[in-house]
Amino acid sequence: MMMKKPLIMKLALALLLPVSLLAMPAALAAGGGTKKVKDIEWSFEGPFGEYDKAAVQRGFQVYKQVCASCHSLKFVAFRHLGQEGGPFYVKKCPAGFPDNIDCSNPMENPAVKAIAAEYEITDGPDDSGDMFKRPGIPADYFPSPYPNDKIAIMANGVVPPDLSLMAKARSGGPDYIYSLLTGYEEVADYVQLDPGVYYNPYFPGDLSSAIKPEFLDEEGHLKDGLHVPLGGVLKMKAPLMDNMIEYADETIPATVDQYARDVAEFLMWTAEPRLESRKETGLIVLIYLIIFGGIVYASYRQLWSKVD
Amino acid sequence: MSHPSTYVPGSAFERFLDKRLPIIRMGADFMDFPTPKNLNYWYTFGGILSLFLVIQIATGVVLAMHYTPHVDFAFWSVEHIMRDVNYGDLLRYTHSNGASMFFIAVYLHMFRGLYYGSFKEPREVLWILGVIIFVLMMATAFMGYVLPWGQMSYWGATVITSLFSAIPVVGDSIKTLLWGGFSVDNPTLNRFFALHFLLPFAIAGMVVLHIWALHVPGNTNPTGVEIKSKKDTIPFHPYYTVKDGFAIILFLIMFAVFVFYMPNVLGHADNYIEANPMVTPAHIVPEWYFLPFYAMLRAVTFDIFFIDAKLGGVLVMFGSILLLFVLPWLDRSKVRSMRYRPAAKIFFIVFVFNALWLGWLGGKPAEQPFIWQAQIATAYYFIYFLIILPLLSVLETPKELPKSISEAVLAKKKKQVEQASAAQPAE
Repeated sequence: MMMKKPLIMKLALALLLPVSLLAMPAALAAGGGTKKVKDIEWSFEGPFGEYDKAAVQRGFQVYKQVCASCHSLKFVAFRHLGQEGGPFYVKKCPAGFPDNIDCSNPMENPAVKAIAAEYEITDGPDDSGDMFKRPGIPADYFPSPYPNDKIAIMANGVVPPDLSLMAKARSGGPDYIYSLLTGYEEVADYVQLDPGVYYNPYFPGDLSSAIKPEFLDEEGHLKDGLHVPLGGVLKMKAPLMDNMIEYADETIPATVDQYARDVAEFLMWTAEPRLESRKETGLIVLIYLIIFGGIVYASYRQLWSKVD
Repeated sequence: MSHPSTYVPGSAFERFLDKRLPIIRMGADFMDFPTPKNLNYWYTFGGILSLFLVIQIATGVVLAMHYTPHVDFAFWSVEHIMRDVNYGDLLRYTHSNGASMFFIAVYLHMFRGLYYGSFKEPREVLWILGVIIFVLMMATAFMGYVLPWGQMSYWGATVITSLFSAIPVVGDSIKTLLWGGFSVDNPTLNRFFALHFLLPFAIAGMVVLHIWALHVPGNTNPTGVEIKSKKDTIPFHPYYTVKDGFAIILFLIMFAVFVFYMPNVLGHADNYIEANPMVTPAHIVPEWYFLPFYAMLRAVTFDIFFIDAKLGGVLVMFGSILLLFVLPWLDRSKVRSMRYRPAAKIFFIVFVFNALWLGWLGGKPAEQPFIWQAQIATAYYFIYFLIILPLLSVLETPKELPKSISEAVLAKKKKQVEQASAAQPAE
């Protein structure tokens, strides 16, 4: 059926066309400054995902032996390691422990106590007004590698960022951490890097001002066929090397790839220690809501069938 | 309220109370309120919004018990909530995602009002109260986002409060007053915390007025035709308690998926970095629900006579909201519902896509081609309200309106029956 459209309708319809056209070039214009992070399949992904406790434990070992020499972990306490969902949580003490010890309590967990005791904590002041050092207890937080930021800057040029929340503080999260740690590479030979910085295609930055002058034309543009490399430079050199850490489980490969995976899994746990309990609660909440919704919908249909 | 009370006090105590404080009568009349029988699911967002106000206040009060409004401890105390407070992670994720849900619902509620002409005579005051609630919500959400004292908190606060300095003569004084000093710092955090705690109760008060103003003329409905007789209505309870209830549960399912399975997807990664006045993030972006307004703010990149670009952007952004206050006097069409306004309907659909487009642009860096796109989208936003709607009220020939709500409902049922019988060939 053809209907004669009034002028105002024609105008309105005509408006729809340019709007749909305008949206198109915008979608094409987007460009990224860094390489796309590698998409790793993590055990904690998905609605039922949980941490791989062995991987988190290994990641903790990587943190302790490598990262901790520069990076703090200030929002994490030793006791968190032994809480439900944590890498060293146990429901029951191993055989041979006295009955009055409850190992599910992080404060009494022997593994957590042993880890804490390896650290030296500055405490005080004592009764004579002096600060003193003592071995850590589960209630202590991971101590910072540097007493203050000035010393950290003196040693590294920048304050190495705290790692507690790193897996949530970068877009890409654990995928980004893994990609960065495994992504160091030689920069193209037409880029001139300052001493003391290292190229990584996953690290945000802009190298367009670091192109060697002989590769630029008169107008300052890159010569034909060359492009500014993705990513940027950071002050941390590639921290991991094959065989640098000895895992207790010898079936696990001692490779940079494995270390990076494990430490990313550990840092996801430090950033989101309650991920497992959150998802468990979510499942119950959703089942409840769906059943409740079904009942309410049935009541709605029944009640409204009488209207009119 | 505007309908005759049917409440009969049942017990001696109720009779006693009814003479002194007829609060039970008020509740009973509220439940019994005659409501158009043809309200669709677009009319359920009012109930959803009331629930979310309660959720936000309840979770917010508990969060405030564990939070420390001090620049040295704010970020730390949020992590304390996340790690050590019982169910603290759920409280915080409920509160932060609850804000997003609040805005999803309020935008749908407002689009509903625009489409069905809910702002028109005699509901202008109802609409204006709604716009006031919206403005208060935006202020509350903005200040709430500052409290975790992450990088986006700090820099978002710096950018938005600096806007006030664009106002001639008094701008700098206003900015200093907002900051409580000469930069965003501890006094800013403290006053934002105090106001973030206070404003939700102001919103609750406005909601009471909003519902009061609703109960005087009664609901609109998808036909836009006023209630003519008792046949057009059904009591609010149980018919709409159960329908709103079902919609609320569906909305809560979506909410739960965010809270429990992707609690950070609507946030920004940079806000998990503690605020650092020495390091500016590469892109400062507000929360998603402010992006359309942020795009309009940045769309003005040129001076207009004596108004510089910065002030121009601020005027456009605040103007886009202030415009809503006078909407009842811009759209003068006697026909409320756009069901019966074919041209207005198309301009409205374009308006919705334009708003989404503005939101998308607000998240992009301030560079071409996004700037000219934002300028076009901003222009349409204003043209829609200032030119299209007033002109359409005069030029457009609306379709024929149904005589009453029940006639429209019956016609719809008849059509459904006809379609069903047409689909099944007669035996």
